[in-house]
Amino acid sequence: MLRQLRRPNLAVGGGIVVLLIIIAVFAPLIAPHDPIHDANLMYAGEPPSTAFWLGTDDQGRDIFSRIVYGARIALTVGLLVEMMNAAIGIALGLSAGYFGGWWDEFVQGLTNVMLAVPTIVFALALMAVMGPGIPSLLVALGLTDWAYSCRISRAQVLSMKSSPFIQAARTMGYGPGHIMLRELLPNIAGPLIVVATMGVGSAIMAEASLSFLGLGVVPPAPSWGSMLAGAREQLIVAPWIAVFPGLAIFVTVLGFNLLGDGLRDLLDPQGRSRR
Amino acid sequence: MSGTEKMTERTEDVLRIENLQIALRSEHGDDPAIEALNLSIGRGEVVGLVGESGCGKSLTALAVAGLLRDPMHVTGGRILLGGEDIAHLPNRSMRSLRGNRIAMIFQEPMTALNPLMTIGDQIGEMFVLHRGMSAGAARKAAIAALDQVQVPSAARRIREYPHQLSGGMRQRVMIAIALACDPELLIADEPTTALDVTIQAEILDLILDLCRERHTAVLMISHDLGLVARICRRVAVMYAGHLIEEQAAGQIFATPQHPYTRGLVGALPRLGRRLVEGQQPLTEIPGVVPAIGDFGTGCRFAPRCPSAMARCREAVPRTTQLPQGGRIRCFLHD
Amino acid sequence: MALVILRRLAQALITVAVVLTLVFLLFSVIPGNYVSSLMAEKRGVDPAVAARIAASLHLNDPTPLRLWHYFVDLLHGNLGVSFSTQQPVTEMLSGRIFASVRLALAAISFAIVTGLPLGYLAASRQGRWVDGVAMVFAVSGLSVPAFWFGLLAMYVFSLQLGLLPTFGYGGGDLAHLVMPALTLGIAPMALLARTTRAAVLETRNADFIRTARSKGMSEGRLVRKHLARNAFVLILTMIGLQFGAMLGGSVVIESLFAWPGVGSLLIQSVGLRDIPVVQGCILVIVLFFLAVNTLVDIAYLIIDPRIRYK
Repeated sequence: MLRQLRRPNLAVGGGIVVLLIIIAVFAPLIAPHDPIHDANLMYAGEPPSTAFWLGTDDQGRDIFSRIVYGARIALTVGLLVEMMNAAIGIALGLSAGYFGGWWDEFVQGLTNVMLAVPTIVFALALMAVMGPGIPSLLVALGLTDWAYSCRISRAQVLSMKSSPFIQAARTMGYGPGHIMLRELLPNIAGPLIVVATMGVGSAIMAEASLSFLGLGVVPPAPSWGSMLAGAREQLIVAPWIAVFPGLAIFVTVLGFNLLGDGLRDLLDPQGRSRR
Repeated sequence: MSGTEKMTERTEDVLRIENLQIALRSEHGDDPAIEALNLSIGRGEVVGLVGESGCGKSLTALAVAGLLRDPMHVTGGRILLGGEDIAHLPNRSMRSLRGNRIAMIFQEPMTALNPLMTIGDQIGEMFVLHRGMSAGAARKAAIAALDQVQVPSAARRIREYPHQLSGGMRQRVMIAIALACDPELLIADEPTTALDVTIQAEILDLILDLCRERHTAVLMISHDLGLVARICRRVAVMYAGHLIEEQAAGQIFATPQHPYTRGLVGALPRLGRRLVEGQQPLTEIPGVVPAIGDFGTGCRFAPRCPSAMARCREAVPRTTQLPQGGRIRCFLHD
Repeated sequence: MALVILRRLAQALITVAVVLTLVFLLFSVIPGNYVSSLMAEKRGVDPAVAARIAASLHLNDPTPLRLWHYFVDLLHGNLGVSFSTQQPVTEMLSGRIFASVRLALAAISFAIVTGLPLGYLAASRQGRWVDGVAMVFAVSGLSVPAFWFGLLAMYVFSLQLGLLPTFGYGGGDLAHLVMPALTLGIAPMALLARTTRAAVLETRNADFIRTARSKGMSEGRLVRKHLARNAFVLILTMIGLQFGAMLGGSVVIESLFAWPGVGSLLIQSVGLRDIPVVQGCILVIVLFFLAVNTLVDIAYLIIDPRIRYK
């Protein structure tokens, strides 16, 4: 009975993610209008219709087309940011767990610092220094949300360090690099993949939040978050501006979270990656 | 130990299990887990229940205590406690029996106690639940109960938490909890398995001494036939949900009849005892206990049995009386 | 026990110092300081006066020295002066801290009051449809962008139904608090529901629960005396982490609802590159996180004897 309840996670989550990738890749074929240049004030604030499926924004741009192209930004930022975070977190966590000593103390201290400052605040501070735009967004988010994968990989390495196959590898004269990357990493990959999958979702959410605040992706690029930025002022006259981009963020993040949950049942049945 | 004890006549059975059926509820109906189980224990009697893990020993014990959890459930038969059928008792009535007339001791002294509650509160809870005592009276009673299981300075110890005690001490606390309300029946499920070898005998003696004083019947569940045969008057052997042999403890060791029992006896290391006829020293029984739902049509031990015949794979043998006393479920005796 | 608390406090202080140093160094990369912003704003400032101010504020000192002065000032309760308003940062923060903490308290209360029962309900109906619905609800709560949820709530409850004010602080009345608090509390509620479900399931299968059952107690007593406290020990950490992170996590919600808290001040100041104010806001956010989690550690010392007697 349980199994039946849990399998949908993987299917629904995976389905959403695959669909998103298809939309992002084939955006020009799917979108009926240009997301940036088809601004026409004559059509500003049109409600959803056959011409504009999800309505138009305050500059007359087709919201559906902007959402379709927005998938490119969301996925690019989400995947790149999570790759950076995972790389930093795993590198620090693996080495801290493996070497121990002062390096471990240092990494743990750094992790505590990162945990004490909410990601969005750290990213805000970095954005303040670098200015808005996608490159600074990647750096700001990619450098600030690795504490979790670091903790998990460290804990996993500690629990595995003294197991026979690692000692065997050491006896055979393999160096730390080989042991960490070839022996340890594949064995702790399950929980890390789960954490990373969910991390893509939170990176997309963080990008949307920063763009909503006007400190992320710069207009007129069609970021879902920045599409919502002006929505509060238009809420009375054009509520659809607020509805659909947010729905896109919601479904996307939900997709990655469901996929993460489903992968956990598959790859990490003991739930080591549970928050 | 059993030899020195006088054979008291069995007036009335404290526990009498008749034709008990337990099944695992699944998507395609019920899979039988325990079938046609009969067992009785007299007042003050110590009976052993033996088998490999997965044989249904603990399941039987939980059923007696009314602690089976979904998807396991009793599908037939009777469990008589002092003559009253408790197999289908409503929850509320079962609760007033549990802990009060039927008590249990479990295997894991490390985790079987609530880590956030003082041991005094955990013992005292029994008096509050079944004797209606106030907190103050329950605390005094808890000190007395802890004293009885020979925990030194009990008055101080009741304020401590489980993690402050050693494994042996914790198991003493478990015994104090179980015997707090003078139950008629104590079910001890592998009470010493998780303990240090040096403490095992101490704990076992404590249980047996206290139960003898109170004439408490004991169902001793263990995978260790040697231990059970040493302390029990009768021993019942279970395999894959069937009770396959029951004999007096002395006999089951000397003349095990069922091939499975012979296998268990043969797997025991012994000092100063001659080998059972036809057995190699320290043999293993090849294979594993089948899982619920994979029992097949014949005798459940047939796939692992060295003396299996053609008919063993076709039908389940009946239970028959052994001439020297006791019962067996095997075609070799049918 | 006192020693443990002291060590936790020392760790917390070191963390604050490291965060502040990192932020300070980060902002020292940006050209411009108080005087240059003053010069830019008021054209008529005499360069000689400007130089004197710069010297008195140690603005031209090398970075390590300025960091030293920053910490010395900090210990004297001086967080500097805002570039944009020329107001002392402590003054700007003082009123806003209360507003932010009030919002965070309301949000975490909402999350606890709804998330814990929901998780418990799901666990007690494990595998049934109630469990399924509750967990779909929880994963949705984790995935919904809070600011979008807030926008929709605004549209429905303020603009369409006229039940609640759209945004603002409203002099501290309850009506203005409702929507921001619910919006901010939705993700923590979802997380708490999931954590509670997992904790209850884990505790329910514990051996000591079987022992408690064998004692013959009612289900109600079992839950109250044995299950609830042990499960709560597993949930408390999550409550602390969620509550502690709330002052920082509320930046988006505060600016959506124009809530005069630390978060909206942070956003404004980042936009204006008003560095002393940004530093002040981050200090408050980090201190709040560490204070909450230190309190949680102390709470563990009280409720969990295993930690108390270590």
